[in-house]
Amino acid sequence: MIPAILALADGTIFRGTSIGAEGETVGEVVFNTAITGYQEILTDPSYARQIVTLTYPHIGNTGVNAVDEESDKVQAAGLVIRDLPRLASNWRSSESLDAYLRRHGIVAIADLDTRALTRLLRDKGAQGGCILAGTDVSAERALAAARAFPGLAGMDLAKVVSTPRQYRFDAGSYDLDRTAFASVPGKHHVVAYDFGVKKNILRMLVDRGCALTVVPAQTPISDVLALKPDGVFLSNGPGDPEPCDYAIAAARETIKRKIPLFGICLGHQIMGLAVGAKTLKMKFGHHGANHPVKDHDDGRVLVTSQNHGFAVDPATLPANTRVTHTSLFDGSLQGFALTDAPAFCFQGHPEASPGPHDIGYLFDRFVSSMVEAQSVRAA
Amino acid sequence: MPKRTDIKSILVIGAGPIVIGQACEFDYSGAQACKALKAEGFRVILVNSNPATIMTDPETADAVYIEPINRATVEAIIAKEKPDALLPTMGGQTALNCALDLADAGILDKYKVELIGASRDAIRMAEDRELFRVAMKEIGLECPRAEVAKTFEQAVEIQARVGYPTIIRPSFTLGGSGGGIAYNREEFEEIIKRGLDLSPVHEVLVEESVLGWKEFEMEVVRDKADNCIIVCSIENFDPMGVHTGDSITVAPAQTLTDKEYQRLRDASIAVLRKIGVDTGGSNVQFGINAENGRVVVIEMNPRVSRSSALASKATGFPIAKIAAKLAVGYTLDELRNDITGGATPASFEPTIDYVVTKIPRFAFEKFPAADARLTTQMKSVGEVMAIGRTFQESLQKALRGLETGKDGLNPTGLDFANADDIATLKRELREPKPDRIFYVADAFRAGMSLDEIFALTHIDRWFLDQIGELIEIETAVKTAGLNGLDAAQMRSLKRKGFSDARLAALLDTNEAAVRTLRRAFNVRPVYKRVDSCAAEFATTTAYLYSTYEEQCEAAPTARDKIMVLGGGPNRIGQGIEFDYCCVHAALALREDGFETIMVNCNPETVSTDYDTSDRLYFEPLTLEDVLEIIDVEKPKGVIVQYGGQTPLKLARALEANGAPVIGTTPDSIDLAEDRERFQQMVQKLGLTQPPNRTARTPDEALAHARDIGYPLVVRPSYVLGGRAMEVVHSDADLKRYITDAVKVSNDSPVLLDRFLDNAVEVDVDIVADAQGNVLIGGIMEHIEEAGVHSGDSSCSLPPYSLSEKVQNELRAQVTRMARELKVVGLMNTQFAITQENGDSTIYILEVNPRASRTVPFVCKATGVSLAKIAARCMAGRSLAEQGATQEVIPEYFSVKEAIFPFAKFQNVDPILGPEMRSTGEVMGVGRSFGAAFARAHEAANISAPKVGKVFVSVRDADKPRLLPVAQDLIRRGYSLIATAGTHAYLVEHGVACEYINKVLEGRPHILDAIKNGEIVFIVNTTEGRQAIADSFSIRREALQQRITYSTTVAGARALVHSLDFRSGGEVYSLQELHRELTA
Repeated sequence: MIPAILALADGTIFRGTSIGAEGETVGEVVFNTAITGYQEILTDPSYARQIVTLTYPHIGNTGVNAVDEESDKVQAAGLVIRDLPRLASNWRSSESLDAYLRRHGIVAIADLDTRALTRLLRDKGAQGGCILAGTDVSAERALAAARAFPGLAGMDLAKVVSTPRQYRFDAGSYDLDRTAFASVPGKHHVVAYDFGVKKNILRMLVDRGCALTVVPAQTPISDVLALKPDGVFLSNGPGDPEPCDYAIAAARETIKRKIPLFGICLGHQIMGLAVGAKTLKMKFGHHGANHPVKDHDDGRVLVTSQNHGFAVDPATLPANTRVTHTSLFDGSLQGFALTDAPAFCFQGHPEASPGPHDIGYLFDRFVSSMVEAQSVRAA
Repeated sequence: MPKRTDIKSILVIGAGPIVIGQACEFDYSGAQACKALKAEGFRVILVNSNPATIMTDPETADAVYIEPINRATVEAIIAKEKPDALLPTMGGQTALNCALDLADAGILDKYKVELIGASRDAIRMAEDRELFRVAMKEIGLECPRAEVAKTFEQAVEIQARVGYPTIIRPSFTLGGSGGGIAYNREEFEEIIKRGLDLSPVHEVLVEESVLGWKEFEMEVVRDKADNCIIVCSIENFDPMGVHTGDSITVAPAQTLTDKEYQRLRDASIAVLRKIGVDTGGSNVQFGINAENGRVVVIEMNPRVSRSSALASKATGFPIAKIAAKLAVGYTLDELRNDITGGATPASFEPTIDYVVTKIPRFAFEKFPAADARLTTQMKSVGEVMAIGRTFQESLQKALRGLETGKDGLNPTGLDFANADDIATLKRELREPKPDRIFYVADAFRAGMSLDEIFALTHIDRWFLDQIGELIEIETAVKTAGLNGLDAAQMRSLKRKGFSDARLAALLDTNEAAVRTLRRAFNVRPVYKRVDSCAAEFATTTAYLYSTYEEQCEAAPTARDKIMVLGGGPNRIGQGIEFDYCCVHAALALREDGFETIMVNCNPETVSTDYDTSDRLYFEPLTLEDVLEIIDVEKPKGVIVQYGGQTPLKLARALEANGAPVIGTTPDSIDLAEDRERFQQMVQKLGLTQPPNRTARTPDEALAHARDIGYPLVVRPSYVLGGRAMEVVHSDADLKRYITDAVKVSNDSPVLLDRFLDNAVEVDVDIVADAQGNVLIGGIMEHIEEAGVHSGDSSCSLPPYSLSEKVQNELRAQVTRMARELKVVGLMNTQFAITQENGDSTIYILEVNPRASRTVPFVCKATGVSLAKIAARCMAGRSLAEQGATQEVIPEYFSVKEAIFPFAKFQNVDPILGPEMRSTGEVMGVGRSFGAAFARAHEAANISAPKVGKVFVSVRDADKPRLLPVAQDLIRRGYSLIATAGTHAYLVEHGVACEYINKVLEGRPHILDAIKNGEIVFIVNTTEGRQAIADSFSIRREALQQRITYSTTVAGARALVHSLDFRSGGEVYSLQELHRELTA
């Protein structure tokens, strides 16, 4: 048993055991209440610089596999759990979670009262933290590191986690029955801005006949336009949307040119800023796979995956926008569309992974908007 | 979409008596639904034949009918009450079947009653296996390959296509009854024949085996706007092949990745949409091939189920309440979840941060002849649920909460050096019985590898390794010894869920020593809250479970508190009646301003609804767990006399550890239970007991027997429900009993009582206050003679044959005993009354200064809430203060009839005897005893024999009593047929009777006649082991052929007498009846 310690900026210390790499990690400590999907969460670039606490006590039950990754590496800064079972069991499992964490050099801690930690984060808000794992777990050192963490406000992480170079993406969703990724011919050329994109977004676009070109976060819109896209996609990603001026400018230009535009999560916030709305930092954000959202078009309730610490303030939306989705949870803005351009966006995660598939129809809506735009152009 | 305003009144159908497969979970759901509908302003009309339910309390609905749940009666209720709608999804299969029957017969159309919650088509599609399979195919979901057979020949044909092993599932039967797994042709034929017979539509599904596949359940809620949420996923520890009601189950699912889980989520929602469950809760079951992940849909229930009760308790999401509101028009986005004080909407899918384990409880000890191997037919009678932060913790808590003498993964006692024992071990792993999990633990102890155990059990390796780890820890603890334990190790052991008692066994010390050491190390549990949101929001609801962590959320108040200890898992002899009492105690004391605290671990009950009491501790009822809660809460009083034997067993130890037990003292309870002390008291009061002795050695037993004289009732001391109780007629009988049936020793003495033949048995329930005042709750005269367990006999309130003089004497005797025992609270007394030359002698059989099974029946019959009054007495209020001084004797009759599980257990003799075997009860009300009895029989589904041939065969002592019954039958147009002895007696007394051979006398014999459908009614009494064995096949065949039978003459007499009152007659709501009492 290698000891580990988690220190929070408010001075709270939790002691536990190390289940990943030895060493030190700092980040914003957040929690996620999803019961399944730890591998997807760990590899979600939106978790960059965040130490994720998973509230479900047993994590690692199904090990990890080569398929359920949302990016090519573990993105979370650290992992906090109650219990790592010593045996993983699942027909798709190829490696244990702890081996995977060590292989990716991720510091992680188990055997602490994660419910107490969650209640603290709920009451005091997300805050800086540090996990120390190894033989030397000095509380002072951990506390100092936790307090030195500057926080995510004002931090532009999108450009940090983005792809360094443009690439094509053509694999569809994973089919559990055929144990293969779907292959669908691309009909609509979509350029996806990568601010930390989750692979499942790209897969779900491919499923619907999109041929994807993924571009780095800071790609000028002129370069994108040169690719003659049928639609532009603004991805999810970590950090504060406000400093991402390059992305905001790109979104604004796309809207102006009436090119179909779809944004998810950070992409939603960027679109909000592009149309002149304001964003704000939430107390502890939405991090779970059980959040009900109301679709104002048909009144239906969709259970959605959520993972955001910043939000668009609906009071600041301009007149040419229409609120399409609202959280039934706290009434916060979940989605809006422009009334004068084929652009819409969603705060939660229609790509799920992890989470329910209820709101996957937004991808269809994006494809429809491209089809419509094409027919308008053709006419 | 808000509440519908076009409907004003709603009929809710309950689930009827507790039977295997349908227990008090439907009281929990039904009561919740009725309360929710009432709160919404609807007029709620309820029909349920089960008087032991909270839902049949007059406060639950505007009109409560404790009447038979059948087409005719419910039609009468509809005609009288004219409800606008019928909600059929809260009363299990019984309610669905009844609703379907009403719809098919055109009754709903005739009275313009709308089915809400589930449509007729949806019910049919979900219930009819073939329609269901086709529907699943249409939405691209696979079912196991299967075809429906209507005849034996068809079944054989289909079997050839799906191969062995073959699963057989009869359509429309409760809890899969009549189904099974056939490994060969012989078994196949037997199960098919049985299944075709038991299915009301004579149809069975012959199905491809998915034995050994992983099994999952999803609890889904849907509203009329097609919004769906998953309340909970459940993974079965026992793979496919064991009925989910008999499986250990775990929530949430443990071994699915998100992709796999979401696939099940999508599929279950698609199933609801396809079946067309418009609103409400449903349960969808899946099988998953562990090798490749192939998913098959097993079945779905378009209604609230046992699993939804479990899911509600496991998550804190009140499925039945929400489902009821959805049925009247609300949508999920319009409702809030109460558990977070409304901070979360009802559309928020619950997420949990703990592990829930459910373990079923069985009663095979009551049915030694039954096959205890678990199959697709449900056999368990109750369940325990436990919550822990880890699977290991919740499993070990559940094991000790089960109350089967285990305090963890106790060894089975096999000798691993012995090859036969190893063979036994392997068989027990491969062909599960209720105790398989202990064999899994033993398999690790025996050094078997994970893969070997997996190959034998197909239990997922994840669960197996969790158990394997616990066994490794046990071994290490044993090696280290008590002195080797430090605080950190103790803490780590407690975090794994080890009980003090289990550690004591491993460390070769006693529980108290471990507790002392643990407390010295300051290793104490904390209490976490069940909040449906994994702490994302604060909750004010105090639904708590213990665990060993850093932070405690109990936040006890400084109010005056009363703690009620519940009854734990249901079993035969201790079921819903005790939960009823516990709930009433909590409600009464809450009304009086106390903070009430409930401790219980039975997920099926109303007592474990988080809003029944101010605070709910979902915890095992062991000394360790209860003491820790008392330590945190510091209640002013603890009520131990309401939950049956479970809390009573703890009473003395709780008191010794300083717990403030209120009401009758544990010493008085002990006095009543202790034969010798009790005998002294009876003698002191000058009362009469049947001659009796206590024996501590076999020789002593024989000597005592000769003193008292045969026949004798023998039983071990300290048992509830007449476990192992027998009537013996000779030395040989007694010798066999004390060598085979029970072990006699100093620690477990055997009680011998003179058996009073042909005595009338009577139950009297009373309440006494601290001032020594006594309120007579009710005098219940049994229909069957003394000798049949009181829980198994039917009874009438008021008595139908006892003289006023005798009744007054009974009142006087119970009052004296209550005062002598200083009873504060409830007391039940059982008497036997013999008649000789016009003189009655009253014998006291037993006194139970605690809640009894009859309390809810008395409450329903008299409108007097005995359990509430008694709870208030315990809390210090006198009867006079409560205005409860006058016994209420209704002018109408109420009859309680017991319900038995014999149809579920092949080879079990349905003869009534001193050992209790009934699982539930029904009640019938009428203006005369006969009318009430007839109604109770109708509710019990005992059909009135059509005019035809009656087979009579009774023991010699019963022959004179049979005579008037026989004459009555003849008068009614029946003819009689009897075997030699009875035939001769009847003919001799001038009663016309046909002769037939006994089975051993050559053919054609009585069994042939029964099988040929020549017999309409059987009266068969017998005594002595050999005679009982000889006539077994007659009773069993009667059961098989669904021929009405009586195994007592008194029962037969009452049945024949009640034939005048069969079918039809008025229906009375409880409210109407109770109004008569106060008028």
